[in-house]
Amino acid sequence: MDFGTIIDAAFSAALGPEAIVFALAAIGLNIHFGYTGLLNFGQAGFMAVGAYGLAVSVVTFGLPFWLGITIALIAPIGLALLLGIPTLRLRADYLAIVTIAAAEILRLIFGSAEMVDTFGGSNGLSGFAQPYQDLNPFSSGLDLGFVSFSRSVLWSTVVGWALVLLCVLITWLLMRSPWGRVLRSIREDEDAVRSLGKNVFAYKMQALILGGVFGGIAGLYLALKQASVVPSDYSTNITFFAYTALLLGGAARVWGPVIGAMIFWFLMSGISAILGQLTNGPDPLLPTWVLTSTEVSLVRFVLVGIGLMLLMVFRPQGIFGDRREIAIDAR
Amino acid sequence: MRLRFATLFALASAVLIMLGVPASATPASPSPSPAVAVPTATSEPAPVTGPAIRVRLIDEAKKDAAGDPVPVPGVTVRVADTASGDPIGEGVSNDMGVAAIAIPGRGDYTVTLDTKTLPAGVKLTGTKELKVSVKLDMGQNVAFPLNRAEVKTTARSQQLINATVGGIKFGLIMALAALGLSLIFGTTGLTNFAHGELVALGAIVAWAFNVLLGIPLVFAAVLSVIIGGLFGWIQDRGLWRPLRHRGTGVIAMMIVSIGFGIALRNIFQYLFGASTKPYAEWTRQSKSTYLGVFNLADKEIGIILVSILVIALTTFALAKSRLGKAMRAVSDNPALSASSGLRVDGVISNVWILGAALSALSGVLLGINSQVNFMMGYQLLLLIFAAVTLGGLGTIWGAIIGSLIIGIMMEVGPMFGVPTSIKEVAPMAVLIIILLVRPQGILGKAQRVG
Repeated sequence: MDFGTIIDAAFSAALGPEAIVFALAAIGLNIHFGYTGLLNFGQAGFMAVGAYGLAVSVVTFGLPFWLGITIALIAPIGLALLLGIPTLRLRADYLAIVTIAAAEILRLIFGSAEMVDTFGGSNGLSGFAQPYQDLNPFSSGLDLGFVSFSRSVLWSTVVGWALVLLCVLITWLLMRSPWGRVLRSIREDEDAVRSLGKNVFAYKMQALILGGVFGGIAGLYLALKQASVVPSDYSTNITFFAYTALLLGGAARVWGPVIGAMIFWFLMSGISAILGQLTNGPDPLLPTWVLTSTEVSLVRFVLVGIGLMLLMVFRPQGIFGDRREIAIDAR
Repeated sequence: MRLRFATLFALASAVLIMLGVPASATPASPSPSPAVAVPTATSEPAPVTGPAIRVRLIDEAKKDAAGDPVPVPGVTVRVADTASGDPIGEGVSNDMGVAAIAIPGRGDYTVTLDTKTLPAGVKLTGTKELKVSVKLDMGQNVAFPLNRAEVKTTARSQQLINATVGGIKFGLIMALAALGLSLIFGTTGLTNFAHGELVALGAIVAWAFNVLLGIPLVFAAVLSVIIGGLFGWIQDRGLWRPLRHRGTGVIAMMIVSIGFGIALRNIFQYLFGASTKPYAEWTRQSKSTYLGVFNLADKEIGIILVSILVIALTTFALAKSRLGKAMRAVSDNPALSASSGLRVDGVISNVWILGAALSALSGVLLGINSQVNFMMGYQLLLLIFAAVTLGGLGTIWGAIIGSLIIGIMMEVGPMFGVPTSIKEVAPMAVLIIILLVRPQGILGKAQRVG
């Protein structure tokens, strides 16, 4: 066993772009679920419109890069309005099903063979990220012993953490404002807020837009980091994993989603590195009838699933959360 | 600026013409006399090296001794640039039935077959002009269908009947799983995101019995339904009942079911593999016509009859039996049922057994209809949600009617312009629309949903 490689893989994922994407998506979900109590299961859809907003405007329509970025930031607002106006009045489980269906519709359309000219079909689109790569000021990668990044990953990591910090700062400022307190009270008792004369629907809509834009930034960042968009990157599993990260760190806490995403990827990457070494080589430590190297990723997803179940049953507030602040009782 | 474009364009087309003229000039001589070319065809030049469009001409009706279709020599094929219409070259098919025409490189070309040069008895069964977009440096292979058996075009009314029957069949398969979901939701309030895995489990267990152990599929299906019901019971006793007793909220239970679903799906993939596999029997696809209009394979008739029978039995039992009444009582008001002396936990256990068994059967039938895959349940899940919501969450007949509507909509949709590759979009759009217009569904009672 080469522990150096395992530690390097785990820390590089926890501090690198993998965790950043999920941190951004989970910060958005934190606004939705943690603070407002909206069970949005379509975060993958918000990520997809962010990513495709840039890719389609640059690749398909030949617009300038920065205009594409602007469109990528506006597109989630459009999706939030489109989705929110009909669904925000629905009960939590209905809202979950509708948002999941909307995200699936988007993924199917983005990947459809009929609209391959616009969205690139299942192969997706690429060739829009050059201006982003050109901005890279680093001349070489970074290797600190326990964590290592190549040149382009290092640039993405720096940009990503800057984005995370910005989103966390916005969340922190907003949630200690009167506006944030109204959101929390909507989560606790919608009718009470309504009886105080607040327009609950408008507040929910604003929360959906804000969290959706954070989700869009997550998708946009993923697209820039990979320099391509592929519909399968925006499947519903991404939403579920982002929820796992959020619940792990603690919902309704400013740093909860960030810490959760880091721990999530530390474990995911660490486990897969350990199992990878156990199953690697001509005479692996684990017999091949137990586990082959191609089945390693399955084991970690099984563990994610079981982890999500145990978390929800025994510690729904996660590591930092407060049990009284989790919107898990149907209203 | 415009001038520069014009110059460039002129240059480009000049180059194209220059390339095209010599290529078309050399092989032009044999074309007027193809009959002469045939006997000497053995000495026909080998296919061009370098970028070329290679046209293969075979007589699909005639077979040689080895059973392969016979090549058609001596047919002239012309290639032109699609954008400008300028000829690039032409060629005559050799003894192998191959004509190669050199092209300048990648681009869009139009390949035309000269039908007058076809030998007697060989007919072109398609268009004589093909638009080819060459994306590889080495060129591209094309083929013209010759003497192909005519595909009978089905009348639109017949297509509509076929699609409707297909939709009903899919709807019935879905109805079994939807009935299970709806029963469980009705009695426990759980929106079960792991319900699709019950469907996949049924299909996979039946596959294991049928293919690995060699048990006839009918018995394998029965065993699979029993194991499915058992799994439902274990699931309730081991997971959901303890959670209910802890007082876990329905949203928390829903998220638990998501985690459970993720774990089960990956366990299925670990055990079953990622590929799609068929059962050992009931794989025949050939269809015969019934009552003059219905084109169905034997297995499809089996699927339809079994699902109608099981649905009828279930609804009858739920309406008449003591257990059915108890189920409806619990789903209406668990607290009142408990205080009236009903063993609520026992009733819920029975609902889980019934719901899981129905879903397992749905999985087996789906596996017979298409094939078995570890993702098949998850792919069905949103459609089941759509069906159950459309019909009315928690209602028995609603689940059945909703499934039939969704099934028919999915199969008939492509006839009215819905792109086939995304025919799942329509049911999901219906799901969203129905929640806006009539959130309680077609048969549901009006209640608070928001």
